[in-house]
Amino acid sequence: MKDAFGIPQSLLVLGGTSEIALATARRLIARRTRTVWLAGRASSALDAAADHLRAQGADVRTVDFDALDPGSHAEVLGKVFAEGDIDMTLLAFGLLGDQAHDEADPASAVRVAQTNYTGAVSAGLVCAAAMQTQGHGSLVVLSSVAGERARRADFIYGSSKAGLDAFAQGLGDAMYGTGVHVMVVRPGFVRTRTTAGREETPLATTPEAVAVAVELGLRRRSETVWVPGALRVAMSVLRHLPRSLFRRLPV
Amino acid sequence: MPAEIADPVTGWGRTAPTAAARLVRPRSYEEAVRAVRDCGTRGGIPRGLGRAYGDAAQNAGGSLIDMTALDRVLSVDAGAGIVECEAGISLHRLMEVLLPLGWFVPVTPGTRHVTVGGAIGSDIHGRNHRASGSFSRHVLSLDLLTADGDVRTVVPGTPLFDATAGGMGLTGVILSATFRLHPVETSLMSVDTERATDLDDLMDRLTTSGRRHRYSVAWIDLLAGGSSLGRSVLTHGEHTTLDTLSAHAARGRGGLGGWGGWGGWGEWGSRGAAARARRQPLAFRPGQLPAAPSYVAQGLLGRTTVGLFNELWYRGAGRRRTGELQRISAFFHPLDGVPHWNRLYGRGGFVRYQFAVGHGQEEALVRIVRRIVRRGFPAPLAVLKRFGAGDPGWLSFPMAGWTLSLDMPTDRTGLGPFLDELDEDVAAAGGRVCLAKDSRLRPELLAAMYPRLDEFRALRAELDPRAVFVSDLSRRLSI
Repeated sequence: MKDAFGIPQSLLVLGGTSEIALATARRLIARRTRTVWLAGRASSALDAAADHLRAQGADVRTVDFDALDPGSHAEVLGKVFAEGDIDMTLLAFGLLGDQAHDEADPASAVRVAQTNYTGAVSAGLVCAAAMQTQGHGSLVVLSSVAGERARRADFIYGSSKAGLDAFAQGLGDAMYGTGVHVMVVRPGFVRTRTTAGREETPLATTPEAVAVAVELGLRRRSETVWVPGALRVAMSVLRHLPRSLFRRLPV
Repeated sequence: MPAEIADPVTGWGRTAPTAAARLVRPRSYEEAVRAVRDCGTRGGIPRGLGRAYGDAAQNAGGSLIDMTALDRVLSVDAGAGIVECEAGISLHRLMEVLLPLGWFVPVTPGTRHVTVGGAIGSDIHGRNHRASGSFSRHVLSLDLLTADGDVRTVVPGTPLFDATAGGMGLTGVILSATFRLHPVETSLMSVDTERATDLDDLMDRLTTSGRRHRYSVAWIDLLAGGSSLGRSVLTHGEHTTLDTLSAHAARGRGGLGGWGGWGGWGEWGSRGAAARARRQPLAFRPGQLPAAPSYVAQGLLGRTTVGLFNELWYRGAGRRRTGELQRISAFFHPLDGVPHWNRLYGRGGFVRYQFAVGHGQEEALVRIVRRIVRRGFPAPLAVLKRFGAGDPGWLSFPMAGWTLSLDMPTDRTGLGPFLDELDEDVAAAGGRVCLAKDSRLRPELLAAMYPRLDEFRALRAELDPRAVFVSDLSRRLSI
């Protein structure tokens, strides 16, 4: 069960090798979390992530989960929920893609869209239903500021996150009054291994900062969290710029 | 008795909302038996008036058994002072019924709006713990609906009684109880107020003058540091006798005092109230202010407002007042005068932290108070009391020694980890935190704080092998 500050005792991470997810898990383990499920494609990276969290003092288990195989989600995740209540699910899987390459190769663009959106819709619905049955839980969805308004530079990724963001907001409204809390997290550019070498946008942040924001959002039972918080203001300006101007922005 | 789909509920602290799958409100024993039988796989837990601060009366995804329809007084022995009533009746209602007969509840917490079932399940204590112990000490017998659907009559001195008193509803549903009352001549309190300049002074005063009074409590200012560390206002009370009331009138001292008297401002300080009190010495008139608004800006009760409030409270108390007459509601339940006062902490809710440490651990107590003051979390009206001997309930909170309780809004950065550190200090000093208030303890410390936890678990495993009685609290703490 979550405590008065919204900190979970059990955590399910979808996308168990995500750096943001691991930073968040570390932070929650330091506070309360004892049971962690890492869901992801079986790999040495997943095992390493599990060992890393075990070293922090949590009881960690891994489960073979593939975002691109929605047909298996109900069964795979159902088994996790059958083992005991999950106080928080962190939906953290996603592909950044390579915009230039993906524009020329529609098949790989579709993979980005299917992972980030279709996979998340399926896994999100499965987890939300399971949490509704247990009458409590937080579903934390890692969206992105890129989904707020699609940019020339990464509109394939951005559009998939836009879909995910809209889905998660709607799901949050659907879950209102059921005891399940859905929180959309919109980080800006996050410095991780995946983004290494890419050009940073302004207001870049770190996985640790996202973890801090998630912890705060849980305490406040927030529905939307921006990381850093200043992005909320920046994006509400950018959102209203005329297209002709927005197109020419250097970001 | 149709089951309803329940909206999410919280405790009085308004933290960690969860939704039960079924909300049932039985109106008879038979309906209660049926409710327990139909609990479903996630079990059920009885709920009264929702005054436990944390998640004790929540059951996510399971059944909530709302006991407030079982609220009848079954019999009163006005000669011997014994009442038998259903478990869903509130102490407020009992006062309305019993005060005119010259009887008062044996123990009352800081609110009248708790049920008798909740009073036993949380084994509540009051300002008279030193003289009277906890609520369950006055219980002569209770009817308990257990997981197998049987109704058992449970009497003190048996393992089932000691597990049920303070057992947080996890042994079964208390359906009714018979308990002893305390005789009173009037519905007024004679109150002495004094100030303590620091913590040592306070503990001395509670030790010596507390012995002479039935009810004693200290409001402690946890924002004052330095040489004022632990400065407080002590309040001692007795039930006013008819002789005192006449003497009071003869001396020409008129009105009733006390915050939360709220009987109508017109009579404040006038002779009317005392004259009426003499005509009807046992009348119960609690009175009320308007409710707190449903939206309050987060951070209303911050350091500045609370600091100012505490300062005024301390200065306003005066160095010493004796023999002041107050209504029962003003003395025991000032916060009941403001319905929904828990909203004042904003939508994030608040944590009530109450711990006890035994005699001989005064140093630990001082150390903890010092830590709280140093962090400067805004805690309006923290309360220090001296407990008498511990109570027989296996999970009862009181232990011979000291207890401090404080409210703090959850939106304070670092509050969670800070309270975790306090838990460690409290456990290391052999103390414990109160489960009826708790919304955040870690399960690892529970066994250290409650040494009879294993016995409780064993009894529960035998009595309720399918875990029919489950709450968010029992899940969180793995009770």
